Amino acid sequence: MFLPLVGAAVVSVLPKANEKAAKQAAFATTIAVLLVTIGMVLSFERENVAFQFVEKYAWIPSFGINFAVGIDAVALVLILMSTILAPIVVLAGWNEAHGGRWSVKTFYILILVLETMMIGVFAATDVFLFYVIFEAMLIPVYFLIGGYGTGERAAAAVKFLIYSLVGGLLMLASIIALYVMSGDQFGHTFDINELSQLQMSSTTQSLLFLGFFIAFAIKAPVWPFHTWLPDAAASASPGTSVLLLGVLDKVGTFGMIRYCLTLFPEASKTFTPVILILAVISILYGAFLAIGQKDIKRLIAFTSISHFGFITLGIFAMTSQGHSGAVLYMFNHAFSTAALFLVAGWMISRRGSSTVSDFGGLQRVTPVMAWSFFFAGLSSLALPGLSSFVSEFLVLVGTFTRYPVHAIIATFGIVLAALYILIPVQKALHGPTTPGNENLKDLNLREKIAIAPVVAIIVVLGFYPSPLLKIINPATTNIIAQLGFSDPAPSFEDK
Amino acid sequence: MTFTSPVLSYTLLSPMLILLGGALIGVLVEAFVSKAKRAVVQLTLALGVLSLALFQVWNIRGEQSISPAMGSIIIDGPAVLLQGSILIISIIAILLIADTEHFTALPAALPGSEEEREAIAMGAQVTEVYPLTLFAVAGMLMFPVAGDLITLFVALEMLSLPLYLMAGLSRRRRLASQESALKYFLLGSFSSAFFLFGAAYLYGFSGSLDFAGIQASVVGGGGNDVLLLIGMAFLSIGLLFKVGAVPFHSWAPDVYQGAPTPVTAFMAAATKVAAFGAMLRIYYTVFANAQWSWSPMLTGIAVITMLLGSLVAATQRDVKRMLAYSSIAHAGFLLTGVIALNKAGLDATIFYLFAYGVATVGAFAVVTLVRDSSGEVTDLNRWKGLGKRSPFAASTFAFFLLAFAGIPLTSGFIGKFSIFSAAYESGATGLVLVAILSSALAAFFYIRVIVLMFFSDATEDGTSVEMPSILTRSTIVVSAAITLVLGVYPTPLIDFISELAIFIR
Repeated sequence: MFLPLVGAAVVSVLPKANEKAAKQAAFATTIAVLLVTIGMVLSFERENVAFQFVEKYAWIPSFGINFAVGIDAVALVLILMSTILAPIVVLAGWNEAHGGRWSVKTFYILILVLETMMIGVFAATDVFLFYVIFEAMLIPVYFLIGGYGTGERAAAAVKFLIYSLVGGLLMLASIIALYVMSGDQFGHTFDINELSQLQMSSTTQSLLFLGFFIAFAIKAPVWPFHTWLPDAAASASPGTSVLLLGVLDKVGTFGMIRYCLTLFPEASKTFTPVILILAVISILYGAFLAIGQKDIKRLIAFTSISHFGFITLGIFAMTSQGHSGAVLYMFNHAFSTAALFLVAGWMISRRGSSTVSDFGGLQRVTPVMAWSFFFAGLSSLALPGLSSFVSEFLVLVGTFTRYPVHAIIATFGIVLAALYILIPVQKALHGPTTPGNENLKDLNLREKIAIAPVVAIIVVLGFYPSPLLKIINPATTNIIAQLGFSDPAPSFEDK
Repeated sequence: MTFTSPVLSYTLLSPMLILLGGALIGVLVEAFVSKAKRAVVQLTLALGVLSLALFQVWNIRGEQSISPAMGSIIIDGPAVLLQGSILIISIIAILLIADTEHFTALPAALPGSEEEREAIAMGAQVTEVYPLTLFAVAGMLMFPVAGDLITLFVALEMLSLPLYLMAGLSRRRRLASQESALKYFLLGSFSSAFFLFGAAYLYGFSGSLDFAGIQASVVGGGGNDVLLLIGMAFLSIGLLFKVGAVPFHSWAPDVYQGAPTPVTAFMAAATKVAAFGAMLRIYYTVFANAQWSWSPMLTGIAVITMLLGSLVAATQRDVKRMLAYSSIAHAGFLLTGVIALNKAGLDATIFYLFAYGVATVGAFAVVTLVRDSSGEVTDLNRWKGLGKRSPFAASTFAFFLLAFAGIPLTSGFIGKFSIFSAAYESGATGLVLVAILSSALAAFFYIRVIVLMFFSDATEDGTSVEMPSILTRSTIVVSAAITLVLGVYPTPLIDFISELAIFIR
């Protein structure tokens, strides 16, 4: 977990002038982290639902705060996702940092610090530690958006930070309440396992649940807490956007599973109807607005709001398929969005514009780039055979067995997805070449190498998702069982 | 009538005695040492005295006594902690004060007069500032350990009088500085009068001036409650004035802005520790049994202090005024800890005081670096693009602001967390919610400043960042290091505080 931090330290001592060394060191670090993570995945015991690879050190004993980390299946999948994305982002955005406000070196230090925190936030089993990382990771992202973005980057960075901080403070209030109650009941602690044993009245539970949920809903983002996302994503550099949407926003949905459901099972049930409606609104609202966008990065951001609606729907449908689907969806969404953003970023930097209609006829001029974008789009609209289809299908099936109406309405989201992806694809890639596009260069070797693993993951998981599902399923079944739900329909395990 | 000679425990009193002695020697140095050597001698003396006092405080940690000076002074765990905090903050601050650039050459001269020009040409310096500081520190040390109302009042005046003077010593914008000194003096005397008035009523209520006697009457009941209430209210006004709580805050922005920045730093940080130290002792021991009558009042004051401080800070255009309002908001957070009235609240308040004091000195130290040809630049608009001009100044300032905002991995977060959880534990849920709301408001304007420094383009208007002298630089570095360490690994200090922080009764 601390490996990226070491890398950051190494990068920080490298001379400022030698930008190439900084990049190489950063890339090497992310690859090393990925290898370690793969090692962990291989040694992970699938049937064991408790936390694994547990490490615990006293941090502030007088408050009962520990530096405690451990990994369950959900966390494992998300950490794997983060560590795969990190090297891709470094490689794909090789020249991204040059237009920034500060040096290239700073960019990579920030990226590596952020990677440490991404791993930490998923691995933390101490609520206090989680909160600390949850808040602290805002700072590098803030500087990444504000320092290396484009357009209204400062304003977008501030909007992002304010939204997140307000959400975080609400969560802090709930955490303090949990802490004090644990003190009354069995001694101060922040351990997630122990806190889930707390007895509390349903009013208290509802209030505390809301504190956590709103923080996560802002992060995720769920309608109506989403307004910061399009600005932030549109202003950030493509690599930052990938990390922002692909990983950071997952912290929100991850938090819903890990904290909202485990700590407040009763309240989760109470609020399920409301949250499901919000989720469905997110799906449709994100999709509709995506159709209307002219700016390609904002378009992708709105598609993500729609996708996050699906994830939230899956989580709160309270069925094991829904859950497995949601977790798998988080994983897949990261890669389809990464593909979209990275290719869009290359298109934008070549063309110098981010308006969809400026990209006419790219297919003829730059076939590889155009096809990659098309492919990423197809993955985003969940074409069967690509990974998103599996997860979207699972979520919808899982929801349908309990809440058929919601599921049916959500299905319209898929239809809309076809519209919001295919219309820009048609406008941009096909058709007559927009003047000025004749001399654009196609993807170079480095970019091809960066996009290849993403494409590979999307295809492989589209046809053969069971390795991941095997990891995810025991955990989600366990969560559902703890919540006191049983699946209404025959289960859909291990095909 | 027979006269009993007082029995004094010199060891326990030694930190205060050392400082007073040092201050007196400082006055002699002014008289006898040649002008050229004076500054160096004074600085060495002041640092030596402060360190020696700190060493003595360390030696007497663990001691407990209610009668080191015939009941006028109480030495116990919290006393040691507060005195230690004040001394550490003063040591950091005196390094900043040592940058004589900030002080006028001849305080007695009228601004802009012939005399002043001559004094500047002669290279005169106000080295009096060192003994003044030492006197103020001595008063601050006595304030939280006072055992009766008279000692408390003497300590209050002892810390205030030098500060009134020091506020008027600014080299630049002398009129504003003198105006601030006068304002501080007038309002300060006014609040002292309130304080005395309250003390008189408390005497009327209990027939005693020392804390033990008053406490006994409060616990025993039977006295005239009206006298108690009036006395308590007026005494509180005197104390709340010193910490700058709303509605007794109106002096703070003007004085913070007008005073020389190093003095502002010292005043903002150390006075707060001293005044809150005294408040802790009074509310946690003397008035603890009358909680029903002061807690609602203080809650109301805490709420408006936090909200008003945060809201008004957001509208400020001047960095020193902004920090002043932010310190008002912090006074509100600290009051939350006083209201909690439990062990956790005591620990948390002491921790917060130390953490906040150190960060405050650091932040003001950065303010002294940003200058143009006519002195410090405090207009926020001219701080634009500071990140490019001086990454050192901008990033340390940003770090202190993040600490004020209570972002994790800074001491401010640990402080806020512990104070809020203590207040929540005492059942003041509403207060905690208000505190969290105003933290969010406050975060907004701290971030605005960070945006200005890093994401706005600089305008060319002659604003520059002086590369600091080694002393100022060490102030900044030490403050930043303490802020970071307390944010990442506060355990040793927290344990130390919670072990010691028990009032003797």
